[in-house]
Amino acid sequence: MVGASAAGVAAAEGLRRGGYDGPLTLVGGEPHLPYDRPPLSKQLLSGVWERERLRLRAPETYSDLGIELRLGVRATELDMAARRVRLADGTELTYSSLVLATGARARVLPGAQGLTGVYTLRTVEDALALRTALAARPHLVIVGGGFVGAEAAAVARGLGCEVTLVTDQQVPLADAVGAEVGTMLAEVHRERGVRIVTGSPVEEVIAEDGRAVGVRLADGRVLRAQAVLVGIGARPDTDWLTGSGLSLHHGIVCDSLLRAGDAVWAAGDVASWPDPVTGERLRIEHRTNASEQGMAVARNILAGPSATAFQTVPYVWSDQYDLKIQIYGGTRGADAVHIVEGSLKQRAFTAVYVRDGYVAAALGVGMIRQLRALRRLVTTRTPWDRARTSLPVTA
Amino acid sequence: MRITIEEDKCCGAGQCVLLAPEVFDQRDEDGVVVLLDAEPPAEQHAAAREAAAVCPASAIEVQA
Repeated sequence: MVGASAAGVAAAEGLRRGGYDGPLTLVGGEPHLPYDRPPLSKQLLSGVWERERLRLRAPETYSDLGIELRLGVRATELDMAARRVRLADGTELTYSSLVLATGARARVLPGAQGLTGVYTLRTVEDALALRTALAARPHLVIVGGGFVGAEAAAVARGLGCEVTLVTDQQVPLADAVGAEVGTMLAEVHRERGVRIVTGSPVEEVIAEDGRAVGVRLADGRVLRAQAVLVGIGARPDTDWLTGSGLSLHHGIVCDSLLRAGDAVWAAGDVASWPDPVTGERLRIEHRTNASEQGMAVARNILAGPSATAFQTVPYVWSDQYDLKIQIYGGTRGADAVHIVEGSLKQRAFTAVYVRDGYVAAALGVGMIRQLRALRRLVTTRTPWDRARTSLPVTA
Repeated sequence: MRITIEEDKCCGAGQCVLLAPEVFDQRDEDGVVVLLDAEPPAEQHAAAREAAAVCPASAIEVQA
């Protein structure tokens, strides 16, 4: 396993659970025991948790399972013909099966690298650095209207910082939850004191003496800041695979089994695979998907010729203030959103997202059990016309 | 088999309930996991292990 985060750990454990008793090596570019990333923008950033709480498994789990850890060393080269991976310290590992689970790296703004006062949220160091900065209650400008930015905005307000969130979308979070729910969440942020600037791409970070002092928007406006968080997404960590012979296009191109090449598999944020139902290429940067794909790859490695296509109903959640937003399925490309129970006004509701006449996703805020009941409609791709007759649709 | 859960780690995903509904449930108000059976019978073991492995918050621990 190259990549020692959720997907790599799930693959290693899955292989042992499936009865594999040969050697297993987990290679990780970060020097830490495998840790969980969703809390980085939540409990770790707010200071409710310390970093030890992020450990994916107890330290002794790896030795108990006979998993050799090679941490703090990145893989630098793959030779598929020789079935060999070279590491940054010059050592080489040979494999009978290779799982690529290197995840993604935070995107950065042009010119922002190396500046003091510019932050991303991808690693535990990122989160602790931002946490330290927030303790001084700076004016924080958050670039990006996705979950990471919205969660960080909530935390920073809770810590008493002045917060401005700037996004190129017309409605923050619209990419993830659609305009209706995004508008409701934007209202919540505004009520809590977040200033939101929409429809405004950020051109660059402005610096004085090597320190960020604000951002310049595409229309020339300048937002002054004492700290800048860049939350504009991530790109798959595949640079080291260029020239390996693997197909790389917005991730590692896999078949429906998550196989990328001869004895090579991919799982988690790096893996691009065709949805077995729609044929559409998917790549999902969510925590649950990483575990599911790691486990699926382990099963397929052990299954040999009877390996099966990876199928999933993606799940993602976000915590913002006292709201928990949960989504089953894919909201992107939905043509209509229907509130099923509750209401946006109450900020407690379930909603379904319909695409091409089918229920493609279900989203809930504060209605856990009701949402779980809707998951079945997503799993079975139920036509909306049929689903609505059995639901208490309010809008 | 003995199962333990860490309630304050739970993110309310409900994956465990979907996989092993006789072992896990969720609180209505916040979705936090409820352990129905800390020592489930043998026929539940595979599902419980799967639930622990897939839990996106690593909130479930299963001991042989």
